[in-house]
Amino acid sequence: MEKHEAAFNALIEQDLKIEPHDWMPDEYRKHLVRQVSQHAHSEVIGMQPEGNWLLRAPSLRSKQVLLAKIQDEGGHGLYLYSVAETLNVSREELITQLHEGKARYSSVFNYPTLNWADIGAIGWLVDGAAIVNQVSLQKTSYGPYSRAMVRICMEESFHQRQGFEIMIHMARGTKEQREMAQDAVNRFWFPALMMFGPHDTDSAHTGNAMKWKIKRESNDYLRQKFIDKTVPQVEFLGLTVPDPNCRLNETTGSYEHSPLDWNEFHDVINGYGPCNTDRLDHHRNVQQENRWVREAAAAYAQKTETVNSSL
Amino acid sequence: METGDNIWEVFIQKKPGIAFKHAGSVHGYDKKMAVQNARDAYCRRGEGRELWVVPSASIVSVPMEDADAYFDPQEDKIYRHPTFYQIPAEVKNI
Repeated sequence: MEKHEAAFNALIEQDLKIEPHDWMPDEYRKHLVRQVSQHAHSEVIGMQPEGNWLLRAPSLRSKQVLLAKIQDEGGHGLYLYSVAETLNVSREELITQLHEGKARYSSVFNYPTLNWADIGAIGWLVDGAAIVNQVSLQKTSYGPYSRAMVRICMEESFHQRQGFEIMIHMARGTKEQREMAQDAVNRFWFPALMMFGPHDTDSAHTGNAMKWKIKRESNDYLRQKFIDKTVPQVEFLGLTVPDPNCRLNETTGSYEHSPLDWNEFHDVINGYGPCNTDRLDHHRNVQQENRWVREAAAAYAQKTETVNSSL
Repeated sequence: METGDNIWEVFIQKKPGIAFKHAGSVHGYDKKMAVQNARDAYCRRGEGRELWVVPSASIVSVPMEDADAYFDPQEDKIYRHPTFYQIPAEVKNI
């Protein structure tokens, strides 16, 4: 055991990757399963607020783009469930945990998408925040997770740019469109900032995660990085951040902001957000309605599957 | 896992002449579904011109317990490397 632990620590120390067959501490595996499961569920549940606008997208082009983006999010969920499966937990188990309320997903997806600019704000702010987090996770110590992050980051940059393009159109449109754009920023700004998780001083899981290099940068560091990147983009659009205390600190070169409302964050995480029930009910219902498809596929495979390699 | 829902490892060849590279894994009830799922999950942006799927359960690997014994000889048989041999400086192109 000591030999294995030493080998594990040496890999971490040298910034090399841990692979599925390597020995790892139980707590390392548990932390990864929890983090990857939450990440995977977020990708999949995140399809719902966007799907809400698919049939009402204002043009064929915007519908094609939104459909492609949602398909990517589903793909990201699949990559991440695969990562969890390398840690000996099945996709089915993870989905059962989601349905039983034992697994979490990002609280931002429990907010409704009320106008078309919300789709822009999600791509730009929500995916933008996710990118900052995921770029950092490309350097995570678990090999399969790191490789999934590299793939996901490549695909996410399209998401953020398509979102910003929607915001440009809305911000430069009619008075009503500008109001919708500002309304979307007002509603999504703080939830996007809270995607980075609690402050470093209150983050229950940060210590070991940093020691084992699962997480490479702290929640507050990443949040500040996102704010500093994004505030100038808000200004470019001629919109404002819904925070009277958001201003550039000339000394640090960073933007200051008001304290975040963690009571709201905890309420939403714990099931009391505007859409928590809808999101989970929808996922459960679809899973149930599709049962016959899985049963038919299993029966068909049993009748027709042969060992040779042709299709 | 639900009956019949198998995991397949996906390998993609980007261009002719390049080795197939492991991309990740997908679920699929049969090989046709596995290939289609692999294409949808891993080849949405011209990542490949051909792909293989292999049932995960068919992959055989060296147990990590034995890895030292399997791979150690690479370290001590230095006569397998060209730099082991002394060639006079005046001999060229060897």
